[in-house]
Amino acid sequence: MVTIDKYVRAKSLEEAYELNVAKGSQIIGGMLWIKMGNNKIKTAIDLCDLGLDKIEEDDEQFSIGAMVSLRDIELNESLNRYTNNAIRNSVKDIVGVQFRNLATVGGSIWGRFGFSDVLTVFLALDSYVELYKGGIIPLSEFANMKRDKDILVRIIVKKTPVKITYSSMRNQRTDFPVITCATSVIDDTYRTVIGARPNKAILITDENRLLADVNESSVKAFSEYVAASSPTGSNLRGSSEYRTHLIKVLTERNIKEMEGIS
Amino acid sequence: MIEISLTLNGKKITDTVSDDSLLIDFLRDHRCYSVKRGCETSNCGLCTVLMDDMPVLSCSLLTARANGHTIYTLEGLTEEASEFVGFIADQGADQCGFCNPGFVMNTIALLRTNPDPTDDEIKSFLAGNLCRCSGYEGQLRGIRNFLNSREKNKEA
Repeated sequence: MVTIDKYVRAKSLEEAYELNVAKGSQIIGGMLWIKMGNNKIKTAIDLCDLGLDKIEEDDEQFSIGAMVSLRDIELNESLNRYTNNAIRNSVKDIVGVQFRNLATVGGSIWGRFGFSDVLTVFLALDSYVELYKGGIIPLSEFANMKRDKDILVRIIVKKTPVKITYSSMRNQRTDFPVITCATSVIDDTYRTVIGARPNKAILITDENRLLADVNESSVKAFSEYVAASSPTGSNLRGSSEYRTHLIKVLTERNIKEMEGIS
Repeated sequence: MIEISLTLNGKKITDTVSDDSLLIDFLRDHRCYSVKRGCETSNCGLCTVLMDDMPVLSCSLLTARANGHTIYTLEGLTEEASEFVGFIADQGADQCGFCNPGFVMNTIALLRTNPDPTDDEIKSFLAGNLCRCSGYEGQLRGIRNFLNSREKNKEA
Protein backbone atom coordinates (compact mmCIF):
# COMPACT_ATOMS: atom_id res chain seq x y z
CA MET A 1 0.00 0.00 0.00
CA VAL A 2 1.17 3.50 -0.80
CA THR A 3 0.71 6.40 1.57
CA ILE A 4 1.14 10.03 0.56
CA ASP A 5 1.71 12.82 3.05
CA LYS A 6 1.35 15.66 0.59
CA TYR A 7 0.02 15.83 -2.98
CA VAL A 8 1.16 18.71 -5.18
CA ARG A 9 0.14 19.57 -8.72
CA ALA A 10 3.28 21.26 -9.98
CA LYS A 11 2.74 24.60 -11.71
CA SER A 12 6.06 24.46 -13.54
CA LEU A 13 8.83 22.00 -14.28
CA GLU A 14 11.12 24.05 -12.05
CA GLU A 15 8.70 23.67 -9.14
CA ALA A 16 8.42 19.94 -9.85
CA TYR A 17 12.20 19.61 -9.93
CA GLU A 18 12.71 21.53 -6.69
CA LEU A 19 10.13 19.40 -4.93
CA ASN A 20 11.51 16.20 -6.43
CA VAL A 21 15.07 16.66 -5.17
CA ALA A 22 13.85 16.51 -1.56
CA LYS A 23 14.12 13.12 0.12
CA GLY A 24 10.91 11.13 0.03
CA SER A 25 9.49 12.97 -2.98
CA GLN A 26 8.31 11.18 -6.07
CA ILE A 27 6.80 12.10 -9.41
CA ILE A 28 3.75 9.89 -9.71
CA GLY A 29 3.20 9.64 -13.49
CA GLY A 30 0.10 7.48 -13.98
CA MET A 31 0.69 5.98 -10.52
CA LEU A 32 -0.10 2.45 -11.69
CA TRP A 33 3.22 0.87 -10.80
CA ILE A 34 3.81 3.02 -7.71
CA LYS A 35 0.47 1.85 -6.33
CA MET A 36 1.62 -1.77 -6.49
CA GLY A 37 4.41 -1.13 -4.00
CA ASN A 38 4.63 -0.48 -0.30
CA ASN A 39 5.90 3.07 -0.27
CA LYS A 40 5.59 6.04 1.97
CA ILE A 41 5.76 9.12 -0.22
CA LYS A 42 6.32 12.42 1.52
CA THR A 43 5.51 14.58 -1.47
CA ALA A 44 3.73 13.15 -4.50
CA ILE A 45 4.34 15.41 -7.48
CA ASP A 46 1.75 15.42 -10.24
CA LEU A 47 2.72 16.79 -13.67
CA CYS A 48 -0.87 16.70 -14.95
CA ASP A 49 -1.24 20.49 -15.22
CA LEU A 50 1.90 21.08 -17.30
CA GLY A 51 0.45 20.36 -20.74
CA LEU A 52 2.59 17.24 -21.14
CA ASP A 53 -0.37 15.14 -22.28
CA LYS A 54 0.01 15.98 -25.98
CA ILE A 55 1.60 14.28 -28.97
CA GLU A 56 3.06 16.97 -31.21
CA GLU A 57 4.40 16.41 -34.69
CA ASP A 58 6.33 18.36 -37.29
CA ASP A 59 8.25 17.36 -40.43
CA GLU A 60 11.20 16.11 -38.40
CA GLN A 61 9.84 14.36 -35.34
CA PHE A 62 7.12 13.29 -32.95
CA SER A 63 7.27 14.85 -29.52
CA ILE A 64 5.39 12.81 -26.94
CA GLY A 65 4.76 14.49 -23.58
CA ALA A 66 5.59 12.45 -20.49
CA MET A 67 1.94 12.48 -19.39
CA VAL A 68 0.59 11.11 -22.68
CA SER A 69 -1.27 7.90 -21.89
CA LEU A 70 -0.55 4.50 -23.39
CA ARG A 71 -4.03 4.64 -24.88
CA ASP A 72 -3.13 7.89 -26.65
CA ILE A 73 -0.13 6.36 -28.40
CA GLU A 74 -2.22 3.30 -29.23
CA LEU A 75 -4.80 5.44 -31.02
CA ASN A 76 -2.57 8.10 -32.59
CA GLU A 77 -2.99 7.55 -36.33
CA SER A 78 0.11 9.40 -37.45
CA LEU A 79 2.45 7.70 -35.00
CA ASN A 80 1.05 4.31 -35.96
CA ARG A 81 1.25 5.05 -39.67
CA TYR A 82 4.91 5.93 -39.23
CA THR A 83 5.59 2.76 -37.22
CA ASN A 84 3.39 0.42 -39.25
CA ASN A 85 1.24 -0.08 -36.12
CA ALA A 86 4.21 -1.28 -34.06
CA ILE A 87 3.36 1.23 -31.32
CA ARG A 88 -0.26 0.03 -31.24
CA ASN A 89 0.83 -3.60 -31.19
CA SER A 90 3.25 -2.96 -28.34
CA VAL A 91 0.63 -1.59 -25.94
CA LYS A 92 -2.65 -3.21 -27.00
CA ASP A 93 -2.32 -6.13 -24.58
CA ILE A 94 -1.21 -4.12 -21.56
CA VAL A 95 -3.97 -4.96 -19.05
CA GLY A 96 -7.01 -3.15 -20.46
CA VAL A 97 -8.29 0.10 -21.93
CA GLN A 98 -9.05 1.54 -18.47
CA PHE A 99 -5.48 0.86 -17.34
CA ARG A 100 -3.97 2.29 -20.54
CA ASN A 101 -6.04 5.46 -20.12
CA LEU A 102 -4.13 6.09 -16.89
CA ALA A 103 -0.65 4.67 -17.49
CA THR A 104 1.71 7.23 -18.97
CA VAL A 105 4.48 6.92 -21.55
CA GLY A 106 6.73 8.95 -19.26
CA GLY A 107 6.15 6.59 -16.35
CA SER A 108 6.87 3.54 -18.50
CA ILE A 109 10.07 4.95 -19.98
CA TRP A 110 11.28 6.53 -16.72
CA GLY A 111 10.84 3.26 -14.85
CA ARG A 112 13.00 1.35 -17.34
CA PHE A 113 11.08 -1.71 -16.20
CA GLY A 114 12.23 -5.13 -17.31
CA PHE A 115 8.75 -6.05 -18.45
CA SER A 116 8.21 -2.88 -20.48
CA ASP A 117 6.69 -3.27 -23.93
CA VAL A 118 6.95 0.51 -24.23
CA LEU A 119 10.69 0.73 -23.67
CA THR A 120 11.17 -2.15 -26.12
CA VAL A 121 9.32 -0.51 -29.00
CA PHE A 122 10.80 2.97 -28.53
CA LEU A 123 14.34 1.57 -28.36
CA ALA A 124 13.83 0.14 -31.83
CA LEU A 125 13.07 3.63 -33.18
CA ASP A 126 15.32 6.67 -33.54
CA SER A 127 14.24 7.86 -30.08
CA TYR A 128 15.47 10.38 -27.53
CA VAL A 129 14.35 11.59 -24.15
CA GLU A 130 14.19 15.20 -23.08
CA LEU A 131 15.22 15.60 -19.45
CA TYR A 132 14.54 18.85 -17.60
CA LYS A 133 18.16 19.24 -16.47
CA GLY A 134 19.94 16.68 -18.61
CA GLY A 135 18.69 17.89 -22.00
CA ILE A 136 18.04 15.64 -24.96
CA ILE A 137 19.87 12.32 -25.00
CA PRO A 138 19.40 9.06 -26.95
CA LEU A 139 16.91 6.70 -25.35
CA SER A 140 19.49 3.91 -25.59
CA GLU A 141 21.78 5.96 -23.33
CA PHE A 142 18.96 6.86 -20.94
CA ALA A 143 17.91 3.20 -20.66
CA ASN A 144 21.27 2.38 -19.09
CA MET A 145 21.45 5.36 -16.73
CA LYS A 146 20.67 5.05 -13.06
CA ARG A 147 17.49 6.68 -11.84
CA ASP A 148 18.13 10.15 -10.48
CA LYS A 149 16.06 13.19 -9.58
CA ASP A 150 15.84 14.70 -13.06
CA ILE A 151 12.45 14.92 -14.76
CA LEU A 152 11.54 13.16 -17.97
CA VAL A 153 9.68 15.79 -19.98
CA ARG A 154 9.17 14.26 -23.41
CA ILE A 155 10.05 11.33 -25.63
CA ILE A 156 11.17 12.39 -29.08
CA VAL A 157 10.96 10.09 -32.08
CA LYS A 158 12.82 11.33 -35.14
CA LYS A 159 11.09 10.66 -38.42
CA THR A 160 14.08 8.79 -39.76
CA PRO A 161 12.80 6.36 -42.40
CA VAL A 162 12.16 3.12 -40.59
CA LYS A 163 10.65 -0.29 -41.05
CA ILE A 164 9.56 -1.83 -37.76
CA THR A 165 7.60 -4.80 -36.46
CA TYR A 166 6.66 -5.59 -32.88
CA SER A 167 5.69 -8.86 -31.27
CA SER A 168 5.54 -10.31 -27.79
CA MET A 169 4.75 -13.60 -26.15
CA ARG A 170 2.30 -13.64 -23.30
CA ASN A 171 1.08 -16.70 -21.42
CA GLN A 172 -2.30 -15.04 -21.38
CA ARG A 173 -3.63 -11.89 -23.02
CA THR A 174 -3.24 -8.84 -20.71
CA ASP A 175 -0.57 -10.56 -18.59
CA PHE A 176 3.02 -9.32 -18.36
CA PRO A 177 5.03 -10.49 -21.38
CA VAL A 178 7.33 -13.52 -21.26
CA ILE A 179 9.42 -11.86 -23.94
CA THR A 180 9.09 -8.70 -26.05
CA CYS A 181 10.70 -8.22 -29.44
CA ALA A 182 10.86 -5.18 -31.70
CA THR A 183 12.79 -5.40 -34.95
CA SER A 184 13.56 -2.45 -37.18
CA VAL A 185 15.73 -1.22 -40.01
CA ILE A 186 17.17 2.27 -39.68
CA ASP A 187 19.81 3.60 -42.10
CA ASP A 188 20.08 0.12 -43.66
CA THR A 189 21.02 -1.41 -40.32
CA TYR A 190 18.83 -4.04 -38.71
CA ARG A 191 18.28 -3.82 -35.00
CA THR A 192 16.30 -5.96 -32.60
CA VAL A 193 15.29 -5.02 -29.09
CA ILE A 194 14.57 -7.82 -26.64
CA GLY A 195 12.72 -7.03 -23.42
CA ALA A 196 11.20 -8.98 -20.52
CA ARG A 197 14.28 -11.24 -20.58
CA PRO A 198 13.08 -10.75 -17.74
CA ASN A 199 15.58 -7.93 -17.32
CA LYS A 200 15.49 -4.56 -19.03
CA ALA A 201 15.27 -4.35 -22.80
CA ILE A 202 18.55 -4.78 -24.66
CA LEU A 203 19.34 -3.41 -28.12
CA ILE A 204 21.16 -5.69 -30.57
CA THR A 205 22.29 -4.28 -33.91
CA ASP A 206 23.44 -6.23 -36.93
CA GLU A 207 27.04 -5.05 -36.61
CA ASN A 208 28.35 -8.06 -38.54
CA ARG A 209 26.01 -7.36 -41.47
CA LEU A 210 24.51 -10.84 -41.25
CA LEU A 211 21.48 -9.45 -43.05
CA ALA A 212 23.38 -7.79 -45.90
CA ASP A 213 21.43 -10.19 -48.08
CA VAL A 214 18.06 -11.01 -46.54
CA ASN A 215 17.09 -14.62 -47.13
CA GLU A 216 15.95 -17.64 -45.16
CA SER A 217 19.41 -18.60 -43.91
CA SER A 218 20.61 -15.05 -43.10
CA VAL A 219 17.41 -14.38 -41.14
CA LYS A 220 18.02 -17.56 -39.15
CA ALA A 221 21.65 -16.60 -38.57
CA PHE A 222 20.69 -13.13 -37.31
CA SER A 223 17.95 -14.55 -35.05
CA GLU A 224 20.49 -16.90 -33.50
CA TYR A 225 22.93 -14.02 -33.09
CA VAL A 226 20.25 -11.96 -31.31
CA ALA A 227 19.43 -14.88 -29.01
CA ALA A 228 23.11 -15.47 -28.22
CA SER A 229 23.57 -11.74 -27.45
CA SER A 230 20.53 -11.47 -25.14
CA PRO A 231 21.10 -12.85 -21.65
CA THR A 232 17.91 -14.38 -20.28
CA GLY A 233 16.74 -15.50 -16.87
CA SER A 234 13.94 -17.56 -15.36
CA ASN A 235 10.93 -16.49 -13.36
CA LEU A 236 7.39 -17.75 -12.83
CA ARG A 237 6.40 -16.78 -16.40
CA GLY A 238 9.05 -18.76 -18.20
CA SER A 239 12.48 -20.35 -18.05
CA SER A 240 15.66 -18.88 -19.45
CA GLU A 241 15.78 -21.62 -22.10
CA TYR A 242 12.20 -20.94 -23.17
CA ARG A 243 12.92 -17.22 -23.47
CA THR A 244 16.01 -17.84 -25.58
CA HIS A 245 13.94 -20.06 -27.86
CA LEU A 246 11.25 -17.37 -28.14
CA ILE A 247 13.83 -14.72 -29.02
CA LYS A 248 14.88 -16.74 -32.07
CA VAL A 249 11.29 -17.37 -33.14
CA LEU A 250 10.02 -13.80 -32.70
CA THR A 251 13.09 -12.17 -34.28
CA GLU A 252 12.78 -14.45 -37.29
CA ARG A 253 9.05 -13.82 -37.62
CA ASN A 254 9.50 -10.06 -37.26
CA ILE A 255 12.09 -9.85 -40.04
CA LYS A 256 10.07 -12.09 -42.33
CA GLU A 257 6.95 -10.03 -41.75
CA MET A 258 8.85 -6.78 -42.27
CA GLU A 259 10.49 -7.99 -45.48
CA GLY A 260 7.48 -9.86 -46.81
CA ILE A 261 9.16 -13.27 -46.71
CA SER A 262 6.52 -16.00 -46.34
CA MET B 1 -6.07 17.27 3.44
CA ILE B 2 -7.15 18.70 0.09
CA GLU B 3 -10.35 20.40 -0.90
CA ILE B 4 -11.67 19.01 -4.16
CA SER B 5 -14.61 19.75 -6.36
CA LEU B 6 -15.89 17.44 -9.06
CA THR B 7 -19.09 16.53 -10.85
CA LEU B 8 -20.38 13.11 -9.84
CA ASN B 9 -23.26 11.62 -11.79
CA GLY B 10 -24.36 15.09 -12.83
CA LYS B 11 -24.12 16.69 -9.39
CA LYS B 12 -21.37 19.05 -8.32
CA ILE B 13 -19.66 17.87 -5.14
CA THR B 14 -17.17 19.69 -2.96
CA ASP B 15 -15.37 17.76 -0.24
CA THR B 16 -12.16 17.49 1.71
CA VAL B 17 -10.11 14.36 1.20
CA SER B 18 -6.77 13.02 2.39
CA ASP B 19 -3.86 13.52 -0.02
CA ASP B 20 -3.70 9.80 -0.75
CA SER B 21 -7.42 9.18 -1.05
CA LEU B 22 -8.20 6.93 -4.00
CA LEU B 23 -11.18 7.75 -6.17
CA ILE B 24 -12.79 4.36 -5.49
CA ASP B 25 -13.00 5.13 -1.76
CA PHE B 26 -14.28 8.64 -2.39
CA LEU B 27 -17.03 7.27 -4.64
CA ARG B 28 -18.10 4.63 -2.13
CA ASP B 29 -18.14 7.30 0.57
CA HIS B 30 -20.61 9.10 -1.70
CA ARG B 31 -22.87 6.04 -1.87
CA CYS B 32 -21.73 4.74 -5.26
CA TYR B 33 -21.61 1.12 -4.16
CA SER B 34 -21.46 -0.29 -7.69
CA VAL B 35 -17.77 0.66 -7.62
CA LYS B 36 -15.86 -2.20 -6.00
CA ARG B 37 -12.38 -3.58 -5.47
CA GLY B 38 -11.80 -6.93 -7.09
CA CYS B 39 -8.08 -7.37 -7.29
CA GLU B 40 -5.90 -4.62 -5.75
CA THR B 41 -3.50 -5.02 -8.70
CA SER B 42 -5.17 -2.68 -11.23
CA ASN B 43 -6.13 -5.69 -13.34
CA CYS B 44 -9.76 -6.67 -12.93
CA GLY B 45 -11.69 -3.64 -14.19
CA LEU B 46 -14.35 -3.96 -11.51
CA CYS B 47 -13.78 -0.41 -10.31
CA THR B 48 -14.24 1.12 -13.80
CA VAL B 49 -15.81 4.58 -13.88
CA LEU B 50 -15.93 7.21 -16.60
CA MET B 51 -13.78 10.30 -16.10
CA ASP B 52 -14.61 12.90 -18.73
CA ASP B 53 -16.27 10.05 -20.70
CA MET B 54 -13.09 7.94 -20.59
CA PRO B 55 -13.06 4.59 -18.75
CA VAL B 56 -10.49 4.53 -15.95
CA LEU B 57 -9.66 2.38 -12.93
CA SER B 58 -10.89 4.29 -9.90
CA CYS B 59 -8.77 2.03 -7.66
CA SER B 60 -5.63 3.50 -9.22
CA LEU B 61 -6.53 7.17 -9.47
CA LEU B 62 -6.00 9.71 -6.73
CA THR B 63 -9.14 11.65 -5.86
CA ALA B 64 -6.93 14.73 -6.00
CA ARG B 65 -6.22 14.10 -9.66
CA ALA B 66 -9.95 13.79 -10.36
CA ASN B 67 -10.38 17.31 -8.96
CA GLY B 68 -12.21 19.44 -11.51
CA HIS B 69 -13.28 16.49 -13.65
CA THR B 70 -16.60 14.82 -14.41
CA ILE B 71 -17.11 11.33 -13.04
CA TYR B 72 -19.88 8.88 -13.87
CA THR B 73 -20.51 5.60 -12.08
CA LEU B 74 -23.15 3.01 -12.90
CA GLU B 75 -25.52 4.77 -10.50
CA GLY B 76 -25.62 7.71 -12.92
CA LEU B 77 -25.95 5.64 -16.09
CA THR B 78 -28.66 3.13 -15.27
CA GLU B 79 -30.86 4.23 -18.18
CA GLU B 80 -28.06 3.81 -20.73
CA ALA B 81 -27.08 0.48 -19.17
CA SER B 82 -30.64 -0.81 -19.20
CA GLU B 83 -30.56 -0.88 -23.00
CA PHE B 84 -28.23 -3.86 -23.07
CA VAL B 85 -27.87 -5.50 -19.63
CA GLY B 86 -30.96 -7.64 -20.18
CA PHE B 87 -29.34 -9.19 -23.24
CA ILE B 88 -26.33 -10.19 -21.13
CA ALA B 89 -28.56 -11.56 -18.36
CA ASP B 90 -30.51 -13.59 -20.94
CA GLN B 91 -27.29 -15.46 -21.71
CA GLY B 92 -26.75 -16.34 -18.05
CA ALA B 93 -23.44 -14.54 -18.39
CA ASP B 94 -23.49 -13.18 -14.86
CA GLN B 95 -23.28 -16.10 -12.51
CA CYS B 96 -22.12 -14.40 -9.32
CA GLY B 97 -22.55 -10.93 -10.83
CA PHE B 98 -19.59 -9.41 -9.00
CA CYS B 99 -17.83 -8.28 -12.18
CA ASN B 100 -20.98 -6.91 -13.77
CA PRO B 101 -20.72 -3.17 -12.89
CA GLY B 102 -17.23 -2.92 -14.38
CA PHE B 103 -18.30 -4.80 -17.49
CA VAL B 104 -21.33 -2.58 -17.93
CA MET B 105 -19.34 0.64 -17.48
CA ASN B 106 -16.71 -0.42 -19.98
CA THR B 107 -19.36 -1.62 -22.44
CA ILE B 108 -20.96 1.82 -22.24
CA ALA B 109 -17.55 3.39 -23.01
CA LEU B 110 -17.08 0.98 -25.94
CA LEU B 111 -20.49 1.62 -27.49
CA ARG B 112 -20.16 5.38 -27.14
CA THR B 113 -16.90 5.41 -29.11
CA ASN B 114 -17.67 2.49 -31.42
CA PRO B 115 -21.43 1.92 -31.78
CA ASP B 116 -21.04 -1.06 -34.11
CA PRO B 117 -18.01 -3.05 -32.94
CA THR B 118 -16.86 -6.36 -34.38
CA ASP B 119 -16.49 -9.33 -32.03
CA ASP B 120 -12.72 -8.81 -32.02
CA GLU B 121 -13.18 -5.13 -31.11
CA ILE B 122 -15.52 -6.09 -28.26
CA LYS B 123 -13.03 -8.67 -26.93
CA SER B 124 -10.18 -6.22 -27.25
CA PHE B 125 -11.97 -3.35 -25.50
CA LEU B 126 -13.29 -5.54 -22.69
CA ALA B 127 -10.05 -7.49 -22.17
CA GLY B 128 -9.40 -5.51 -18.99
CA ASN B 129 -12.58 -6.77 -17.33
CA LEU B 130 -12.05 -10.08 -15.62
CA CYS B 131 -14.83 -12.57 -14.92
CA ARG B 132 -14.00 -15.71 -13.00
CA CYS B 133 -17.34 -17.48 -13.51
CA SER B 134 -18.31 -17.59 -17.08
CA GLY B 135 -15.44 -17.49 -19.58
CA TYR B 136 -16.68 -14.35 -21.34
CA GLU B 137 -18.63 -16.08 -24.09
CA GLY B 138 -21.95 -15.23 -22.45
CA GLN B 139 -21.08 -11.55 -22.22
CA LEU B 140 -19.95 -11.54 -25.85
CA ARG B 141 -23.15 -13.27 -27.02
CA GLY B 142 -25.24 -10.85 -24.97
CA ILE B 143 -23.60 -7.76 -26.47
CA ARG B 144 -23.78 -9.27 -29.96
CA ASN B 145 -27.50 -10.02 -29.52
CA PHE B 146 -28.09 -6.44 -28.34
CA LEU B 147 -26.27 -5.04 -31.39
CA ASN B 148 -28.18 -7.37 -33.73
CA SER B 149 -31.52 -6.42 -32.19
CA ARG B 150 -30.67 -2.75 -32.54
CA GLU B 151 -29.85 -3.31 -36.18
CA LYS B 152 -33.16 -5.13 -36.72
CA ASN B 153 -35.07 -2.29 -35.06
CA LYS B 154 -33.35 0.18 -37.38
CA GLU B 155 -34.35 -1.86 -40.44
CA ALA B 156 -37.94 -2.13 -39.17
